[in-house]
Amino acid sequence: MDQHTTIARAQAAQARCIDNNLLEQWPDFFTQSCLYKITTLENHTLGLPAGLMHAFSRAMLVDRITALRQANIYERQLYRHIIGLPAILATEADGRVRSETPFLVVRILRQGETDLFATGRYLDLWDLGGENALLAERIVVCDSSRIDTQLALPL
Amino acid sequence: MNDQPADHGTDALPDWAPGLSRIPYWLFQRQDVADAERTRIFHGPSWNYLGLAAEVPNPGDYRCTWVGDTPVVMVRDDHGEVRAWENRCAHRGALIAVENQGNAKSFACVYHAWTYDQAGTLTSVAFQKGIKGQGGMPRDFDICQHGPRKLKIAVLCGLVFASFDHAAVPLEEYLGEAIVARVQRVFLGRTPKILGRFTQVLPNNWKLYAENTRDSYHASILHLFFTTFKINRLGMKGGIIVNHHGGCHVSWSSNTQPKASADDYSGLRADSGYQLADPTLLRGFDEFRDDVTLQILSVFPGFILQQIQNALAVRQMVPRGPDKADLHWTYFGFEEDTPEQTEVRLKMANLMGTGGFISMEDGCVGGFVQRGIAGAADQQALLMMGGHDADSQDSRVTESSIRGFWKAYRAAMGI
Repeated sequence: MDQHTTIARAQAAQARCIDNNLLEQWPDFFTQSCLYKITTLENHTLGLPAGLMHAFSRAMLVDRITALRQANIYERQLYRHIIGLPAILATEADGRVRSETPFLVVRILRQGETDLFATGRYLDLWDLGGENALLAERIVVCDSSRIDTQLALPL
Repeated sequence: MNDQPADHGTDALPDWAPGLSRIPYWLFQRQDVADAERTRIFHGPSWNYLGLAAEVPNPGDYRCTWVGDTPVVMVRDDHGEVRAWENRCAHRGALIAVENQGNAKSFACVYHAWTYDQAGTLTSVAFQKGIKGQGGMPRDFDICQHGPRKLKIAVLCGLVFASFDHAAVPLEEYLGEAIVARVQRVFLGRTPKILGRFTQVLPNNWKLYAENTRDSYHASILHLFFTTFKINRLGMKGGIIVNHHGGCHVSWSSNTQPKASADDYSGLRADSGYQLADPTLLRGFDEFRDDVTLQILSVFPGFILQQIQNALAVRQMVPRGPDKADLHWTYFGFEEDTPEQTEVRLKMANLMGTGGFISMEDGCVGGFVQRGIAGAADQQALLMMGGHDADSQDSRVTESSIRGFWKAYRAAMGI
């Protein structure tokens, strides 16, 4: 399978976990020492490092899901991801591959409204050496600097 | 264009019996209340947070910000002074600055090139004398008589505050000694460094969020993450400071051993236990000269300074009509931080903000209230935990600081 197809398949499978409430499987798409960050175009452009969600390991992604299941209060909701085709940007010296992929996420809240919740791009670093494509890094760059009400589920 | 309805006064508002422990819901629903708040509170003798001085470090640096829903430009002038003026051209009302931030010697309105200096003073009017004796402004037009409103400025620990009312009492007097000391303990003379900015769109009246930030009673009940990891239990050593006019408060707790047993929380959601797979999330460093691990500080009407362990942020509330508000978060550390300390702050930033482990609930709970009171304009909220006054207390099982907000609110609104 070519890189393009491998990455697109991994992205489709990953988004499906979030959208179909299989959140526990979501961290499995990342390497142990991964970096995951949700930020905005404004922060990204200005080089400001903070994120709205910011995991420095796969274990932190697991904690994020555990907190969503056990601790945090948020209105019942679901996402629907529409993910564009990945653009392969570069292959690093260690063989890992950088890609950029546009996304659109619609959020449906308990009362039934379907709202455009976020658009942006995934700036990814893929480890393609194993059986499955794994994310060593995913920077989620939201186009807007505004987030409605709360960001509960990962993007 | 002037899209601000005038303040029609408060005579048309329903009755509100004296006191601070019953809050009528019509306060969160009416456009005429929002209009009166604009003139009496935000344009009145209150102090409003504009931004950090560190956001405009060099001469000519500016940022667009707000006081209430009024757009304001914060500029550092060529003499190093921070200035602020309403972002509204004296000619026809267009925004003068149209970028979030930048650097400028002067500001020209894009509409007709009326030009302002860094202090917001009108310096030139395009074609004021017309062309070849034709057109132009009348001869008696006095450029000095026109310009956007200028704000009075005060800076505390690098936090820039402004007031539309040049007769406002000095900022430190407005805050009171105890609040000033609690601001200083966070900054400790260091230079703030911006780590990120995020805007949270709240589906509720701004005052519901103002109440929420002053509500020490809810913290360990709604926010289970807090409780489970013993960052904050109501039984921990802590307390509430409410200042003389009520509008400013500090809620704090320290990491000395909790006095409360687990039994205090039996029956609440808070009695589950779980552990972090990656405990480095909460691994902080000793930063402050005390054992205070949590401090939430508010300044009436719309400012919050937050310390949760090493996660620091300021929040600015911008009303957007009766049932919406923007909450602008600025995460910060200090220029003096080591790279390792910055990483700690970035990890702990997971606790706060729109998706924060311990603050995401605050985004939805205000909406629950706004929706819950839809048919209850004539009903009232109860604020009786800890009594009926707005005094400082050693217990956080109290709504004293929320009553403090309403004390300041009633005084400012004259209702």
